[in-house]
Amino acid sequence: MGGYTSSELMAIFAMQGFAGISLFSVLLLMALGLAIIFGQMGVINMAHGEFMAAGAYTTYLLSTVTETYFPGFMPYYFLVAIVAAFFVAAALGYLAEWALIRHLYKRPLDTLLATWGLSLIMQQAYRSIFGAREVSPALPDWLMGSYQPTDMIDIPLNGMFVLALTLLITGGVFYLMFKSSWGLKVRATTQNRVMSGAVGINTKKVDRLTFALGCGIAGVAGAAFTTIASTGPTTGTLYIVDTFMVVVFGGAASLLGTIASAFSIAQAQSILEFFISGSMAKVFTLLTLVVILMFKPEGLFASKVRR
Amino acid sequence: MSFMYEKLLGGKNGTVGFVLLATLILVVFPLALDGFRLNLVAKYLTYAFPAISLVLLWGYGGTLSLGQGIFFGLGGYGMAMFLKLEASSPENTAIQSTPGIPDFMDWNQLTALPWFWEPFNSFTFTLLAILIIPSVFAYLIGVAMFKRRVGGVYFAIITQVVSLILTVLIVGQQGYTGGINGITDLRTLHGWDITSDFAKNLFYFITCFLLLAVILMSRFILTSKFGRLLLAMRDKEDRVRFSGYDVANFKIFIFCFSAMISAIGGAMFTLSVGFMSPSFVGIVPSIEMVIFAAVGGRLSLIGAVYGCLLINFGKTAFSESFPELWLFLMGGLFIAVVMFFPNGLAGLWEDHSHHIKKRLGFITSLFSKNDTAAVAPKLEGSN
Repeated sequence: MGGYTSSELMAIFAMQGFAGISLFSVLLLMALGLAIIFGQMGVINMAHGEFMAAGAYTTYLLSTVTETYFPGFMPYYFLVAIVAAFFVAAALGYLAEWALIRHLYKRPLDTLLATWGLSLIMQQAYRSIFGAREVSPALPDWLMGSYQPTDMIDIPLNGMFVLALTLLITGGVFYLMFKSSWGLKVRATTQNRVMSGAVGINTKKVDRLTFALGCGIAGVAGAAFTTIASTGPTTGTLYIVDTFMVVVFGGAASLLGTIASAFSIAQAQSILEFFISGSMAKVFTLLTLVVILMFKPEGLFASKVRR
Repeated sequence: MSFMYEKLLGGKNGTVGFVLLATLILVVFPLALDGFRLNLVAKYLTYAFPAISLVLLWGYGGTLSLGQGIFFGLGGYGMAMFLKLEASSPENTAIQSTPGIPDFMDWNQLTALPWFWEPFNSFTFTLLAILIIPSVFAYLIGVAMFKRRVGGVYFAIITQVVSLILTVLIVGQQGYTGGINGITDLRTLHGWDITSDFAKNLFYFITCFLLLAVILMSRFILTSKFGRLLLAMRDKEDRVRFSGYDVANFKIFIFCFSAMISAIGGAMFTLSVGFMSPSFVGIVPSIEMVIFAAVGGRLSLIGAVYGCLLINFGKTAFSESFPELWLFLMGGLFIAVVMFFPNGLAGLWEDHSHHIKKRLGFITSLFSKNDTAAVAPKLEGSN
């Protein structure tokens, strides 16, 4: 790392670190949904990225509507959009589970193909409805601008907001999964479906709601994503592989592992990007993950659930 | 003779299917299609190689690889590197600042041929590399995964990531690989023009013969004891392990074999189409190869070829006239195959061929005796 003084290096690390935090937030929100669907239910949802795009497009639609009809409401619409994004994506997920996924629980590899088909259909639907060009919603003023602790460090406010949102959602998911009676049912169903059914848990309903929740969180990820980049029909596919790596690397059934792995992957990629090209940063990060997974296939935090 | 009949062709039904396919691709297509369409079919048939490899690996082995594009790409790039070096002789590239290296290297300010390109000057090395490099690569992945009993979903995801890595690497390292455009402008093989109509037709027939040979070889594997073990592993892996077999080694072997088949397809692709690019390596082509196998019937070697032809004909027809509709159709096809026809075209044929045969009264006597002999086992929600 020749040519940089130590204070410059500190600034680079700080700024790339914060840039990485935006990536971390989106990856974590995506991965939380996926960790629930994949980790708890064993369903490989290749259309997860498209549910994220559903959230992003919902945000875009709301911003356009607000801008045209209720300009006075502009500063607040984003908060509504987050909630709307959640419910739209969750509703789509509920529908997908009912129509598709519930028939395939015993064939995990086939869910992969079916949801890939679903993702193709959703992508083409976005392209037909919103056009092939990327769109981005008009963001409220309070999300613009940045915070400058020193001359060299410049931290964008939208990144901070997305981080706060991510922490909130993560906390919510933890509460739901580990403290609520619903979470208890989900975990019981994961561990022993037949026994859970025998003690009176409606496992089919649990499955459907769990899937919907995972997709809903992806929708929130989509809303958060609009503050960082613009949305196109294929936005979802760009993140889906990384998200799967986050979940697998973290240990499929461990939410804590998901957080740790999202953080390390996002930071590694973001900091490497400054020193080598973006594509090589991605190659190095993914390659390292693959090698680590070859030696430790169960991921960072091993799951205690039997396979 | 009976060895040939049972082991290579798979009994009466297998023979009929094989002869029908051979007639279709060797006689009907060349007679019915013009040069341009025939070259298109050659391209589709090269996709049948990875599709067949997936029948072995996924249909019979129960291990889904989303990385067959890696091997298809390695084979294709191997061939393309040789042809590119021949096309970049110092005379042909005299206008470059460094004559004698491929044009894209010159554009990216490289002044010498990278070391890993050097051996591709030799045709023998290239042919060996096309067969060996993908197998060694598959061996490394296979050992790392299967010895640790990683399989199923995890294996699918890891292979998918590897194919993503390879694509990003090829696109990113433009000076060494030709980047997103791939390796283009391939002209001659040992001074022989590969773009002529005669060459295209010849490559079509070579592809056909290689494909038929691969089908025979795969059938031989499946009818051997190894094939039975493969099926047993798919359905009850632990029992095979408890019987004293080393499950991992069998899986590694079939993975390497499937990699080699895919690479042959890739090399023939480069020859038939005249270029190779990363868009045939990555996630999307790899998954498309799975759908070829799935539509044809994941348990049918011959079905995989029909699946390839059908989808690619459909894709060409649709994307010429209704490009928007095609993705909907393709997506719907994925879902329909998984939900309603898990055994694909071959499964449909098996279910309904009895009725057809009954109607064709005089043929009935020919077929009915041996109906169950070579029928592939039904798929029962395994994996």
